[in-house]
Amino acid sequence: MLAFLVRRLLMALLTLWAISILTFLIIQLPPGDFVTAYIAQLQSTGSAVSAQEADNLRAQYGLDQPVWVQYFKWLGLALRGNFGMAMEWQRPVIEVIGDRLLLTMILSLAAVLFTWILAFPISIFSAVRQYSFWDYLFTLLAFIGLAVPNFLVALILMYFGFSFFNANVGGLFSPEYADAAWSGGRIWDLMKHLPLPALVLALGGTAQVVRVMRANVLDELRKPYVATARSKGLPEWRVILNHPVRVALNPFISTIGYLLPYIVSGSVIISLVLSLPTVGPLLLKALLAQDMFLAGTIVLLLGAMTVVGTFISDLLLMWIDPRVRAEG
Amino acid sequence: MAKVIAADPAQTRLVNKQVAIASQWQLMWRKFRRHRLAMVGGIVIIAFYLVVIFADFLAYSNPDASEAQRGLLSPQPIHFFDNGRFSPHVYAITGTRDPQTFKRVYKPDPNTKLPVRLFAPGFEYKLLGLIPTSRHLIGVSGSDNESTLFILGTDLQGRDLWSRLIYGTRISLTIGLVAVGLSLLLGVVLGSLSGFYGGVVDNIIQRVIEILRSIPTIPLWMGLAAALPRDWSVLQVYFALTIIISLLGWTELARVVRGRFLSLRREDFVMAARVVGCGQLRIVFRHMVPSFLSHIIAATTLALPAMIISETSLSFLGLGLRPPAISWGVLIQQAQNVQAVALTPWLLLPAIPVIVTVLAFNFLGDGLRDAADPYAQLTK
Repeated sequence: MLAFLVRRLLMALLTLWAISILTFLIIQLPPGDFVTAYIAQLQSTGSAVSAQEADNLRAQYGLDQPVWVQYFKWLGLALRGNFGMAMEWQRPVIEVIGDRLLLTMILSLAAVLFTWILAFPISIFSAVRQYSFWDYLFTLLAFIGLAVPNFLVALILMYFGFSFFNANVGGLFSPEYADAAWSGGRIWDLMKHLPLPALVLALGGTAQVVRVMRANVLDELRKPYVATARSKGLPEWRVILNHPVRVALNPFISTIGYLLPYIVSGSVIISLVLSLPTVGPLLLKALLAQDMFLAGTIVLLLGAMTVVGTFISDLLLMWIDPRVRAEG
Repeated sequence: MAKVIAADPAQTRLVNKQVAIASQWQLMWRKFRRHRLAMVGGIVIIAFYLVVIFADFLAYSNPDASEAQRGLLSPQPIHFFDNGRFSPHVYAITGTRDPQTFKRVYKPDPNTKLPVRLFAPGFEYKLLGLIPTSRHLIGVSGSDNESTLFILGTDLQGRDLWSRLIYGTRISLTIGLVAVGLSLLLGVVLGSLSGFYGGVVDNIIQRVIEILRSIPTIPLWMGLAAALPRDWSVLQVYFALTIIISLLGWTELARVVRGRFLSLRREDFVMAARVVGCGQLRIVFRHMVPSFLSHIIAATTLALPAMIISETSLSFLGLGLRPPAISWGVLIQQAQNVQAVALTPWLLLPAIPVIVTVLAFNFLGDGLRDAADPYAQLTK
């Protein structure tokens, strides 16, 4: 058990490190650096910058040192929560991101919850009534859910929302709460807006979980202990729920490992379509403006969020499945 | 998906008898044909790739020809009958500017009928890159500037959406192929190293795969794609994108290859080959590869839609292919906001081919995977 934990923790740390390197790469990749971009911005507004001033700026940001020194400098600052300045805003990156990261997290969590709520009954039903009309229907829907990229779902939803209900389905808050401080009313407002984007995000993941879970339940249903349970006279729903479903529940937790990256990825792009105040639109804006510190930080934080989420799901898996505990 | 179990013992025997004389590929084909959805998927895919090949013929106007006087024209219905006689035609369209909103409004003119003809002359092109011609599948006869056809409407710059969609198919479907080719190369090399040697190599490659899979891909793709220099040509961006997409997309293929290697290593025929003294290369390429080639093909088919979606998503965000390149993502980008979706819903039409091809690839891949598994029936 401890070995399992340690292994997973090491893996999570290794992943975080890999993400930090990739992030740094993204920050470094564009030709020129932060200062050249900054100077170009200043010049476009009419103010001139001398070479001396540029060099001073470079020294201030440590851009005149070798790449690996810059990396460790950046990493050291990042570990202390200092992610540098977002130049477009002239404010610290962390301030610009603000509660957008929290909203991204809430949205992703809600999407995971929706995935479970949808996948649980569908997969059990499809397995128990294999090859029935509903099984085929759900399988087909699952295929479509897998196939249609979620930003297209969002677009199509927006079209229907507009043409049939004459309502704009985007956003996470009503206008009066958009810039307000957190309060009971704001949370309630968020709750009202959350289901739709969360559902859009959940669709693709649901399809995957249903596929795995259905196959698992099917495998379990053929085992002799199910026949035993039935022959001792248990009501059918208890036969199904108490034994095969309990055993097949594993993918629910273990799929978070790949569900989370998928959902976080999706949240970035559907936030743009539905104009949700998450980090997605900010990331795109930062990338288009070549504000690489802001963009890199967002990629890093999203990655970290995924890794931590996956690690928590590992803990949950250990708690729910005695086989995993025994293995370690 | 659906695995057919022969209930009747006599039938099982019959099937077994046929198996005795059928080659592996014949067996696969037989199994595949029974998978109806996969067959449909396969046919749809073939049709789409025919569009890729004959794009110039199917498009009836130059995809880059813009006409400010025709901006945001809604799809033009084709009338098939004229006074009870079969004579397909469209009405000519006159555009005027609304004096209040300054928007262009279009009015069809039922008195001016433009006959729609098959194999009508249009812009010059080279069929298959060889045969110079100017015939197109459909078109309106009397090709002066005023008489034009817009069966799916036009975009903001007045370019014909149908023709752009056809040309977009060319780029969107080939970028997927190139990217999947690169992923396949990476996946097969790393997967087979991992599966064949095992030990430390396997451990390192597996950890790398795990790490790559636990990182949200879209933000990373966005970061990498945004780093592409703005002044690169369409072709450079195209190849850079395929590399970016495949750099993160090879993991699934590598896992499949590794899994096959691991399970085949213990098979009797591999052992037999080793015992009679075959070299390692011969064992791999003469004995192992042919027996999992079909799996690789299936896995590749299943990986393709992900690549197509990646390209579409990136181009949709404005970080992938950029105009003047035409791809499905570039086309959908015009329907990005509520106003566009509400006022000009036909700009959303390029979403349909994306959904159809991705679904078709999934069905096809699923059928291939089922057909490729030689043990699917024995284990039941």
